[in-house]
Amino acid sequence: MAEFKGVMVCGETVEGKLSSITTELLGCGRRLADELKEGLLCILIGNQLGEIPQKAIASGADKVYTADDPLLKEYQTDSYIAVMEKVIKDVSPQILLLGQTAIGRDLAPRLAFRLGVSLSMDCLELNIDPDTKLLQQTRPVYGGNARAIFTAESFPQMITVRQKAMSPLEPDESRKGEIVPIKVDLDPAKIRTKVIETVKEEIAGIKLEDAEVIVTGGRGIGSAEGFKQLEELAKILKGAVGASRPPCDNGWVPDTIQVGLTGKIVTPELYIAVAISGASQHLAGCSSSKNIIAINRDAEANIFKEARFGVVGDWKQVLPAFTEEVKKLLAG
Amino acid sequence: MNMIVCCKQVLDPEAPPASFKIDPANNKVVPPPGVPPVISPFDEQAVEAALRIKDNQGGKITVLSLGNNLLRDVVKKPLSMGADELILLEDEAFEGGDSWSTAYALATAIKKIGEFDLIFCGRQAADWDAGQVGSGIAELLGIPSVTVAKKVEAVDGKARVERVIADGYQVIEVTLPALITVSNELGEARYATLKGIMAAAKKQPIIWKPSDIGVDPSQIGAPGRRSKLFKLFQPVREGKCEIIEAETPAEAGTNLATKLREAKII
Ligand SMILES: Cc1cc2nc3c(=O)[nH]c(=O)nc-3n(C[C@H](O)[C@H](O)[C@H](O)COP(=O)(O)OP(=O)(O)OC[C@H]3O[C@@H](n4cnc5c(N)ncnc54)[C@H](O)[C@@H]3O)c2cc1C
Ligand SMILES: Nc1ncnc2c1ncn2[C@@H]1O[C@H](COP(=O)(O)O)[C@@H](O)[C@H]1O
Repeated sequence: MAEFKGVMVCGETVEGKLSSITTELLGCGRRLADELKEGLLCILIGNQLGEIPQKAIASGADKVYTADDPLLKEYQTDSYIAVMEKVIKDVSPQILLLGQTAIGRDLAPRLAFRLGVSLSMDCLELNIDPDTKLLQQTRPVYGGNARAIFTAESFPQMITVRQKAMSPLEPDESRKGEIVPIKVDLDPAKIRTKVIETVKEEIAGIKLEDAEVIVTGGRGIGSAEGFKQLEELAKILKGAVGASRPPCDNGWVPDTIQVGLTGKIVTPELYIAVAISGASQHLAGCSSSKNIIAINRDAEANIFKEARFGVVGDWKQVLPAFTEEVKKLLAG
Repeated sequence: MNMIVCCKQVLDPEAPPASFKIDPANNKVVPPPGVPPVISPFDEQAVEAALRIKDNQGGKITVLSLGNNLLRDVVKKPLSMGADELILLEDEAFEGGDSWSTAYALATAIKKIGEFDLIFCGRQAADWDAGQVGSGIAELLGIPSVTVAKKVEAVDGKARVERVIADGYQVIEVTLPALITVSNELGEARYATLKGIMAAAKKQPIIWKPSDIGVDPSQIGAPGRRSKLFKLFQPVREGKCEIIEAETPAEAGTNLATKLREAKII
């Protein structure tokens, strides 16, 4: 394995900046690279990357490879795979980290099959085995009911990491590093997909991922009207509204506010779960919240196993009084 | 339009979390007694995506399931929803595989089927949540893929796919043949009709053994794995919830607010 060296992070950019998952990956990658006494590499793909590579260095990278091309402005499976395949073959890192994002979910498995290596998606923890020096890859399985630790003996050891599972480093603008532009011959004829349109369904107000307080409703809310009451509470607490899957599936709220395994991963200070049973797939998205509060009329509901405080009762009676009192307390 | 849908039989993911048990000595999940397995929910929605295309413009839907001891009542469900043919890759040798061995066997079977315009998979199977087999099959077959779809239409030798992203969706056009993985945003899968159930009861699945598709035995099931399962465990939950007691639900609501203030949470 002598020829596979270094830890590489596949970075992502958002609105001309390094995305938060990338700084988290660099934070985690730095720790792994130091433990292995090897370098931390980063690859950035896009168009007009500007100062972004410098930011990756400030966030921990020793060397940043850049693929900057108008054809790479938007993520397309075929074009990004072509870049990644070339970079991995040229650089031969022993570990490759990607984010569990819309891009990472699509890019990572195809790249793994192209390279002939195995991949663990959605990892929560990564550690170097002191004996074998191989990466122990911990990920949730069975909808979060269990965890599995995997290892791989093919290189690079490929991983996608869940958002907010790792901590970024404090950016240090004085850190030194190298930026290496790479040339990729992209043949537009070989890109078999075309993005016709990107439709944003953004919700007004605080973004779910950034909110310190989240009020989440489940199937028991019963209707779009019911969610209005949750919005009122969220507003008073300067927070955002989330939902379990059924309210999204039923069209009471937009799909983009689904919290859980296949929705958003959130870690607020306060998470108020109203009429949610606490299925493992839902908890997968919110169990790292600081304080979970549950309101549910079923005393046996699984959500009470995760909650710090709970009320057993009909939310239609509990919530108005709770909201009223919160309003008073915050005003006083 | 020739369509293939890959459907996996899994433990019911909606079974109560308390019934979930593992056997740590053998790194295996112990199926809860009395809870029958199901088709992985995203795979049912993959069948639905294919059926919607068939409703519009006709076509043939072949369902592929790989495993061992597949329950006929479970794996026949796509037939009762309206799929045309069921092929089972069923053998002990397929057991204990990972994304690599599964994708390899499914891709080899798809080559044997030969004609296809669209292949559908679920975005991830509800047991191991790996999320790789769809992309793997596409890569092994050398065809394009679009993942996490909420709408799929076929027009003029192309597919138009709405792909879910964090803050909305993208409309993507892809050349055929292509592989699409489907997410729950597609909408609920249809129920089987009585007529469908009766028709499905009469249909016999086609069974393919490893030798029927000519797979290399070292590449399927447990021997074909490229990832090693080192340990399987259940995370411990602290479980210390303070239930706010009161005379009425409204009073409990008020008390909850006071409690949060005392604990400096609000
Ligand atoms: C592969 C897979 C991925 C999934 N991904 C996700 C995901 O990302 N996010 C997600 O949320 N789910 C996900 N699910 C679905 C998940 O398994 C559950 O079905 C879902 O979370 C249940 O939502 P719920 O708690 O709102 O509904 P239910 O389980 O139906 O619970 C409703 C609760 O409301 C309570 N209730 C009803 N009326 C009232 C009332 N008037 N007052 C007080 N309480 C009341 C009931 O007691 C009950 O506990 C996924 C499932 C699978 C198989
Ligand atoms: N054993 C199997 N039989 C049929 N299809 C499968 C099987 N395993 C995985 N798939 C398909 O691949 C998708 C993704 O699976 P996975 O990568 O295991 O999460 C599933 O939703 C199915 O469509």
